[in-house]
Amino acid sequence: MRPKKLSNTTQTILTFGLVVLAVLLLLLAEDNLNTYLVRIISLTGVFGIMAVSLTFVNGASGMLSLGHAGFVAVGAYTSSLLTMSLAQKQTSFLLTGVAFPLNTELLSNMPFLPATLLGGIVAAGVAFVVGWPSMRLAGDYLAITTLGFAEIIRIVLLNASRFTNGSLGLKGISPFTNVWWSWGWLLVTLLFFASYAKSSFGRALRAIRDDPVAAKTMGINVFRHQLVSFTAGGFFAGIAGSLYAHWLTSIDPKPTTLGMMLTFNTLIMIVIGGLGSLSGAVIGAGLFAVLSELLRVVESDTVLFGFRIAGISGMRMLVFSALFILVMIFRQQGIMGRKELTWNALWQKIPTSGKRGNRNA
Amino acid sequence: MKLQLLVQHMINGLSLGALYALLAVGYTMVYGILKLINFAHGEIFMMGAFFTYFSITLFGFPWWLGMLAGIAGAALLGLLVDQIAYRPLRKAPKISALITAVGVSIFLQSLAIVVFGGVPKSFRGVYPAFFDKIFIIGGEIVEKRGRQVIVNGIRIPAMTIITFAVTGLALLLLWYILFRTRTGMAMRAIAMDSRAVSLMGINGNRIIALTFALGSAMAAVGAILWVGKYPQVWPIMGFMPGLKAFVAAVIGGIGSVSGAVIGGILLGFIEILAVGIMPSLAGYRDVFAFILLILLLSFKPNGIMGKKNLVKV
Repeated sequence: MRPKKLSNTTQTILTFGLVVLAVLLLLLAEDNLNTYLVRIISLTGVFGIMAVSLTFVNGASGMLSLGHAGFVAVGAYTSSLLTMSLAQKQTSFLLTGVAFPLNTELLSNMPFLPATLLGGIVAAGVAFVVGWPSMRLAGDYLAITTLGFAEIIRIVLLNASRFTNGSLGLKGISPFTNVWWSWGWLLVTLLFFASYAKSSFGRALRAIRDDPVAAKTMGINVFRHQLVSFTAGGFFAGIAGSLYAHWLTSIDPKPTTLGMMLTFNTLIMIVIGGLGSLSGAVIGAGLFAVLSELLRVVESDTVLFGFRIAGISGMRMLVFSALFILVMIFRQQGIMGRKELTWNALWQKIPTSGKRGNRNA
Repeated sequence: MKLQLLVQHMINGLSLGALYALLAVGYTMVYGILKLINFAHGEIFMMGAFFTYFSITLFGFPWWLGMLAGIAGAALLGLLVDQIAYRPLRKAPKISALITAVGVSIFLQSLAIVVFGGVPKSFRGVYPAFFDKIFIIGGEIVEKRGRQVIVNGIRIPAMTIITFAVTGLALLLLWYILFRTRTGMAMRAIAMDSRAVSLMGINGNRIIALTFALGSAMAAVGAILWVGKYPQVWPIMGFMPGLKAFVAAVIGGIGSVSGAVIGGILLGFIEILAVGIMPSLAGYRDVFAFILLILLLSFKPNGIMGKKNLVKV
């Protein structure tokens, strides 16, 4: 008889092996695939970070936050303003000039890593401030206030021209994001949230999700736990924002760039993957990235049997939202439900192990 | 501030508030019955505007018939949304229905982009010319570049007067339906206790469908007036008014129809007055509603007209 569970050492070795395998695959991909595909692979990693951080806030702690894009936007703006050179900022802020702290050499030309970290920290700070009043509200109201706050953030980015260049946005951001940065940060995100979920904090969050009143009676500080997890979600949303900005290379405060649409796209990923499942979020992000590239066909002109079919813009979003509603009606648990893809789950399902799996133990 | 200016702001605020009220009523009725924030409500508002626009410009309906077609179309759409997307989820956790509602909202938005195009369409000239008349009260006539101009008067566009009249009529009709008909009684009863109502032999799903239709029709009335005030139709036009109308419904106490009306008017007032008093903050106009919401929920979570919500464990 084989043992029912794998030992911790085996799991660690398997996980380590998976990471090495992923590194090798990424190396191969970077060398052999064309630039376009490599870019899509990096974007998948960025989407993964957004999805994992949102699913942790939404699924694992039972709070429906619709303000994720706001924190992504904060991270994106913060880090982009830090990595841009001073001369670049002065030429793009033609109309208003750069406001004080940003026009110093200290806060310009920063390397990518500290800029990303600062982007995450500022986003976490904003999430904390937003979360303080919001976390006192029950489920439905929370959705609206977080959505409202994301909109406020967007409006501030639009109007605070001396800091953000207003409606013109930021252009010429260095394209730092590559597969290593995005998948590396995804690994960090997964490690963080997986251990968070396993810790006493994570257990408390699940208790709150299942029954807030019972959790309260057991002496769990509901407000504090939810605020901390919301802030953690905000931090990684900011990281994702930084990576996303340095992938896009130009950002602006339009609703379609860093507004409601981005929150909704992330929501699609985690609903398809299964609300509350970290590995599901990664699967959902991958599916979303692949599908949205495949569906690019319906938005561009195609020639079919000699006939020219005009592309319809907006068609992709229509397909995605229809898919989203269908998933919600017919398979609410998505692909993974609340389960995680673990080595143990795979071990029990498949008689011969050695298949690829996700690293969430 | 000068008195005329204050009166002017109050009239503008009241007419904006009336529109919020028409939208908020739909939110509050659906929430009262299903405990669901119908995120798609703003999109039904947008669709109502589009239906009216195309009825008049494309099908050549007279303006009043076009408006009626817009209202009927929106009511039908609201009913369809409920039957297709929300009905299968009646027994599911509340959060699933909420997420689905977000999906429906984006679906309708993308549908409008695909079918009607994403570029804003001008509504100018769609309604007859007397809708664009502006009445001016008081003020003095001044000669400016060889033309006589009235300054310092209170400007009341015909659209504002129409808005007051139509909103009043629509709300009166709603009041009649809710409080003087059997269907309305069933709607109110279902909001109190849906299980007891179904035990009394009332078809709950029919009543819920009717509620959606009624709320959507009210949103369409709001949309028809809205495009008279801001003459543009485009797929994203429903997002902000929808959000703010929900805020208005919460301010008034969600589930209460009179509360929604009060909340809507209050929100319109505050928005216009805040910008009127602090013109430098005009860019931040959309922020006030949310700040108000946060403040209110922190101090009086049940709204102005709401009942205290006790949770039994």
